[in-house]
Amino acid sequence: MNNLGYPATITITDSFVSNGLLAAGCVLVSNNLQYYLPQQERYWYILVLSLIISTAWLFTIKFLLTLLLKQNADYHAFLSKSLSVRFGISFLLIGCMAMISVLWYTFEEQKANAKRKSDAEQLTKDAELYKLRQQLQPHFLFNSLNSINALIGSRPMEARKMVQQLSDFLRGTLKREEHQWIALQEEMDYLQLYLDIEKVRFGNRLSTVFETEAASLPMKIPAMLLQPLVENAIKFGLYDTIGETLIHISTEVQANVLIVEVQNPFDPETSQPNQGTGFGLSSIRRRLYLLFARNDLLETQVKDNIFTTTVKIPQVS
Amino acid sequence: MKKVIIIDDEPLARSMVVEYLQDHPELQLMQECNDGFEGVKAILQHQPDLIFLDIQMPKINGFEMLELVEQPPAVIFTTAFDEYAIKAFEAHAVDYLLKPFSKERFDKAIQKWLEQQSKGTVSNTTEQLLETASLGPSQAQRVVVKNGSKIKIIPSNDIHFLEAADDYVKVHTQEGYFLKNKTMAHFEKSLDTQQFVRSHRSFIVNVQLITRIDPYEKDGHIAILKSGAKVPVSKTGYARLRTVLGL
Repeated sequence: MNNLGYPATITITDSFVSNGLLAAGCVLVSNNLQYYLPQQERYWYILVLSLIISTAWLFTIKFLLTLLLKQNADYHAFLSKSLSVRFGISFLLIGCMAMISVLWYTFEEQKANAKRKSDAEQLTKDAELYKLRQQLQPHFLFNSLNSINALIGSRPMEARKMVQQLSDFLRGTLKREEHQWIALQEEMDYLQLYLDIEKVRFGNRLSTVFETEAASLPMKIPAMLLQPLVENAIKFGLYDTIGETLIHISTEVQANVLIVEVQNPFDPETSQPNQGTGFGLSSIRRRLYLLFARNDLLETQVKDNIFTTTVKIPQVS
Repeated sequence: MKKVIIIDDEPLARSMVVEYLQDHPELQLMQECNDGFEGVKAILQHQPDLIFLDIQMPKINGFEMLELVEQPPAVIFTTAFDEYAIKAFEAHAVDYLLKPFSKERFDKAIQKWLEQQSKGTVSNTTEQLLETASLGPSQAQRVVVKNGSKIKIIPSNDIHFLEAADDYVKVHTQEGYFLKNKTMAHFEKSLDTQQFVRSHRSFIVNVQLITRIDPYEKDGHIAILKSGAKVPVSKTGYARLRTVLGL
């Protein structure tokens, strides 16, 4: 513009206003796209947006420059003639800015998605590891080994028996998958092993009674469904009580529904009040709901100091 | 002749220790206890120099039992698998034995204790131990106190407020108050901070039982509980209460 013979003040003002507002336009475009990132086919949005902002820019600078440089009539003529060129340039610039913004924000979004995915995977791995550790039941395991150690000196035949029981139990633990359906007989055998080992550990404190209806034994139940029940019975009925404990497990069939009942005593003094309804059974409830879409399959009852849990497993014939 | 007591709820575990003790004629086994209650009584009666203590026991665990004993003796813990507990008291217990443990390991622990005895470094380790050791959240849900010769387990929800009393803390409940030889700071740390707030230098209050808080004297307040009890609230205590109660 200087070459055309216009004084410095005019050129500077023109540049300043035009470019300044153009920069503002770019920022506006970028900002807008940050919060509204057009997907796949909506790229026409960018086109329209660039057009709108370029047009807005054009009118703004025309208005401002006319206002600021009122005196110069030559300049006004120049301004009017150059408008279409200016528009072209600004549209190109803003369009480019828009496309760069879209590319950049899409890239960022993909990065965030990838991170979310890897975080979720890590969580799953951690949960699996935790589950494996819990399955190992270190407390039970080491205490049992200690019991065997004690028996070797004084009652070696019993020590042998316990080694056998423990190894059978561990084999059973390793074999079990949550997603399988197994015969009730198999689950009962496993739980019996578990309770027999506990009996040795606790001397004569623990007695167990199994009352199983013959017809119920071949029926199918989800693997590891009953284990938490028995673990709870032990936890609240044996670990937290003093004196003799009887754990009673019974099974029967009624109208093609398998009914399993676990009974154990508990000490109200040590069992927390809020556990009276829970007792860690929420996981069983959830599993039953996921499998059968029913909420009425797990019931608990408290009478005197006896806690009874009843689980119903409909048979899918 | 040193006196020893075994406290473990599993008879077979106890018999292991009895067997290993046979090679230590200088240690005299006074009693075997089946739970924490028997343990407290036995320690009182026999005044042993050393005890073998299991941690996981019915009703009250090994730590809780120790808390109830004035001037507890030296302790060797026996435990099946308690990684956390071990880390907490590595510095303070005489030793810990992971079940199942060998005779050699057992002898080493005894040796350690005998050395400590001759060097006179045994005192206070158990006290320090009880300050740092804890079994985690389960312990914070109840407080075990002595009521005459009986032991009482107080669920933390039943605690109205705690009051400092010289070297002890008074635990106030529906049935009156019970003394516990711990500091206020200990309770501040172990009880749920969203339920128990230090309202005053000498008081911790169960916020679930507050019916209202009235101004009192110049800068203070006073909390009125459902039971009618009045608990003082200092200026800083009031700020804490406001944060917790969302006022």
